[in-house]
Amino acid sequence: MTALPPPSAVKLGLVIDLDTCVGCHACVVSCKGWNTENYGAPLSDTDAYGADPSGTFLNRVHSYEVTPDLGAPVTVHFPKSCLHCEDAPCVPVCPTGASYKRAEDGIVLVNEDACIGCGLCAWACPYGARELDAMAGVMKKCTLCVDRIYNDNLPEEDREPACVRTCPAGARHFGDLGDPDSDVSQLVLARGGMDLMPELGTRPVNKYLPPRPRDTLQEPPANLAALCEPTPQALTGFLGWVDRTLSRF
Amino acid sequence: MHPAPSIIAFTTLSGLGLGLLAFLGFGVVVPRGLLAFLWFGLGYGLTLAGLAASALHLGHPERALRAFTQWSTSWLSREAVLSAAALLVMAPYAVGLVFWGHALPGVGVVAAVLCLLTVLATAMIYAQLRTVPRWNHWTTPLVFLTAALTGGALLSTQTLLAQMLLPWLAVAFALHWMLGDRQFARRGSTLGTATGLGALGSTRLLEPPHTGSNYLLKEMVYVVARRHALKLRAIALVLACILPALLLWTLPGWPALTLAVISHILGLLTARWLFFAEAEHTVGLYYGQR
Repeated sequence: MTALPPPSAVKLGLVIDLDTCVGCHACVVSCKGWNTENYGAPLSDTDAYGADPSGTFLNRVHSYEVTPDLGAPVTVHFPKSCLHCEDAPCVPVCPTGASYKRAEDGIVLVNEDACIGCGLCAWACPYGARELDAMAGVMKKCTLCVDRIYNDNLPEEDREPACVRTCPAGARHFGDLGDPDSDVSQLVLARGGMDLMPELGTRPVNKYLPPRPRDTLQEPPANLAALCEPTPQALTGFLGWVDRTLSRF
Repeated sequence: MHPAPSIIAFTTLSGLGLGLLAFLGFGVVVPRGLLAFLWFGLGYGLTLAGLAASALHLGHPERALRAFTQWSTSWLSREAVLSAAALLVMAPYAVGLVFWGHALPGVGVVAAVLCLLTVLATAMIYAQLRTVPRWNHWTTPLVFLTAALTGGALLSTQTLLAQMLLPWLAVAFALHWMLGDRQFARRGSTLGTATGLGALGSTRLLEPPHTGSNYLLKEMVYVVARRHALKLRAIALVLACILPALLLWTLPGWPALTLAVISHILGLLTARWLFFAEAEHTVGLYYGQR
């Protein structure tokens, strides 16, 4: 049955640092690569080299501009994938039982062999985390790389989601958010990790760390050039000797 | 939301068919012989055509039988189970009237109730979605049930009942549209809450994730027709409610009824098209659209 299981002790999920993300889309590419070659139907593209390219992605990076009341606007890159919600609205709407949340670790998955491709779970998701594949006709979503994280055939450092493994900025963290002492839980606590659209009551497991406040200059320094290295005013060492020697002529 | 023709045909046709079958089952009209064959045939035909249309939009229609399994949690599954139950229970009642001219006591009423519960389940598929605030409201089942009853009254030639129900359908439409217009703002979702960045300042989309379109935009961010919404509401109201009512009041007999049914169905299709085209999904916020 597609009833949600009782809350699991282990809640595997991602913590995404909006302060650190540089918007390089490497996680998008690695996600598409891993999930096209492994678990389930490949993520298809249609008209990939034509006028209207379109494709299935489990992870997409948006970029937003935040303008504070005081100060300069800030660009925030915003990766978005399934949040593996505790009250996942996509699960109970499924008419076939294909959509389910794992009782042992809270990962939300689709049994593609039972999916009729009605699309109702995608309608029920507030975040746009589910996409019906145009070629396979079944619903695709982030699996939290369930075929990597428990895979004993992979080296231990690769047993994390492809997006986390590939992120060059260290903006993505994977762990157990049900354990208050885990690294990810501590990170959420320290940085004020937040839920997306909390008003819809989905209780996402994935958390987002807000951008840190930017430095603010109290008043500009009198001599900006003096802050630069090396300064022509007080050069020491070899450069100082050259400077002093040449100045004599 | 994308107004897929298959879904519009499904909800409109099955609503009309189930409404007609409900009137026949309740015994408002008790036809016998060939007349019963034609009338029940129309009811079954409309309902089955609607259900067939709904199967057209599935990615894997060959697995549709699986949709009968999750009735304890899923309104879509309940809709499948209830529609099958309604048509199966109605069958002996219809067969009795067609071949023996005998109405099985009680069976018709049970089947009629199942017909109306099916319409309710169809409406709840949409009304349950918190992500589409316009649908997530009691006016959604109100509109679906009133429309099914009005269509049923017209198709079962109950002129007086139809004249009474048509104004109520107009009221249901008006409530759904007017209250629905406020629903998105009442739900409180903005780009600020969607990204969690609202506390830091005003937020706007700088770059979408891809230059092309995608499934989410095609399916859930349908913005083409919203600027004509007011005109389309007027057309739907005139065709579905006002014109049929005027026809029934002014013209006598079959011509009036035939014209009223045609006008009503055209109006219903317009209203159902708007029902989808006007509905805004929260995922649009991430794309800087509603």
